[in-house]
Amino acid sequence: MTRLEFWQGNTACAEGALAAGCTFFGGYPITPSTEVAEHMAAKLPKKGGVFIQMEDEIASMASIIGASWTGARAMTATSGPGFSLMMENIGFAAMTETPCVVVNVQRGGPSTGQPTMSAQGDMMQVRFGSHGDYAIIALCPASVQEMYELTVKAFNLADKYRVPVFLMADETIGHMREKILIPDKVERTERKPFEAGTPPFRATDPDMVPGFPQFGTGQHVHVTGLTHDERGYPCATNPKLHMALVKRLVEKIENARDEMADYNIINPDAEQVFVAYGAPVRTVQQVLHDKPGKDIGFLRIRTVWPFPEKALATFRNAKRFLVPEMNLGQMAREIERHVKVPVVSIPKLGGELHTPAELIAALEEMV
Amino acid sequence: MSFEDWYRQDRLPHIYCAGCGNGTVINCTLAAIDQMGWKKEEVVFVSGIGCSSRAPGYILTDSLHTTHGRALAFATGVKMANPDLKVVVFTGDGDLAAIGGNHFIHACRRNIDITVICMNNQIYGMTGGQGSPTTPKGCISSTTPYGCAETPFDLCELATAAGANYVSRWTSYHVKELEKAVRVGFETPGFSFIEALVQCPTAFGRRNKFRQVMDHVEYLRSHSLLRAKRDRMLENGEAIPEDMYVVGELTRRNRPALGVKQ
Repeated sequence: MTRLEFWQGNTACAEGALAAGCTFFGGYPITPSTEVAEHMAAKLPKKGGVFIQMEDEIASMASIIGASWTGARAMTATSGPGFSLMMENIGFAAMTETPCVVVNVQRGGPSTGQPTMSAQGDMMQVRFGSHGDYAIIALCPASVQEMYELTVKAFNLADKYRVPVFLMADETIGHMREKILIPDKVERTERKPFEAGTPPFRATDPDMVPGFPQFGTGQHVHVTGLTHDERGYPCATNPKLHMALVKRLVEKIENARDEMADYNIINPDAEQVFVAYGAPVRTVQQVLHDKPGKDIGFLRIRTVWPFPEKALATFRNAKRFLVPEMNLGQMAREIERHVKVPVVSIPKLGGELHTPAELIAALEEMV
Repeated sequence: MSFEDWYRQDRLPHIYCAGCGNGTVINCTLAAIDQMGWKKEEVVFVSGIGCSSRAPGYILTDSLHTTHGRALAFATGVKMANPDLKVVVFTGDGDLAAIGGNHFIHACRRNIDITVICMNNQIYGMTGGQGSPTTPKGCISSTTPYGCAETPFDLCELATAAGANYVSRWTSYHVKELEKAVRVGFETPGFSFIEALVQCPTAFGRRNKFRQVMDHVEYLRSHSLLRAKRDRMLENGEAIPEDMYVVGELTRRNRPALGVKQ
């Protein structure tokens, strides 16, 4: 049995979080993500969960990390300026391997930019924004349905890999309303159990993810953002240990790239191939609808980080990859690293979606 | 069980300099915890960055050593998500009052049920002795080489004004009083703030004419003004000398608190 609803994307995100068993939300109001917080504020207390409005986004990010260590599924939601403030503690979450979900409903930047307009300008910031080397997972929804489904998935990936996971939505998807099918129940991945008495940050499994020693269970775990040994103790001047720790933090995500790849391929024999994620997906879909046939290929990506590079190789006859993005070509540059044929960035700033005509014009422009 | 059982023996030696006052404060805190009869698995220590914030790493409980100034925001998440846990925060003057000032006043305003112990050495010790928001006027630090020109914060007045249920100030000289204050802080629902003025011979003392560790401790003792005496002086219309620190229990009230176990 499923249920049919007509929801806004941000509502679907909050409902997805509730379905996933999120019991803690710490947030700060910011356009265009505020509806996520408002919905959680209304619903969480009735389900025995905690909603708390923190004093800023730095504190919001800190609060969900604290909550996560007590075993709670914890989330925050924000947009560009708040996302910048969260960078400090996002690095802390990566370093301490704290599962948590951060929703970024992207708006036009830099700075305060365009609070009410759509953008995808934070795609590199989400990957590299905090200092030092680390890796994260980022998902991009292109419909209200995916706001729900990818939020559920974000919690599962966060718990499985012990990493902050980002739902990189945009104002278009966050604020649009469309029909959505709500499943009766959703899949749930639990954190790897902790073996009592073992060093809390020892990762012996091939997935390089240590078990989770939840606070309050008598494990006496010390959690620090400093470079730490397997016991969790600061060890900040040992070069080899730092190298091993940071490599593990990155490789546990990068090595699972294929496992968590999430994309669709349309017309794999085409010579001209669109690659899109988030709101621009919808314009490409319109182009494919207007120009039926097998001539236009399409790779639509949901798991943007780690980037599913193998998907590009599916298009063996590709002569060009066309990448419409609501930024100045952030992911186009990533795609360029993986293919030998030209990559054409189709940037659009200002808050409006690409029109089908703009994409068709790019398609018809000769190389 | 003695309070010494609360230490992680495998973490020794610690990083604190000879003569540092922080150890006294940690001892007082653990003695108070021991008196409370709390179990190790129900206590979580949270801290930010700085000398004071290294303390949780030496204590055999769950502990969260976080980012600079943010300890109270992390602690808020821990406590709200699991009110069964006793959450204790170690912080310092720079961590709490400079970079963490906003989190401090909001944690007081929420009156969240945690206990915060601030080791106030009036300087940034870990980074080598820069001026902090509590560096007294005229004092020398590496960033106030001609004497601090700014007015310091009174952390206790700040906590009281912002809404904390319990506020107390002592120094590293007043061991028994400090221990009792921490215990009362633990017992009081809501936000409890205990400021402990501590000597820092390495970064503060040597720049400010405290040639021996005990010179500084003696200064803290002789410049402590009991709250009761301060109140009498005020009643008599006497002026309170500017270089005196009012010590004792400064606030104790029962405002509605957040995160109290139901």
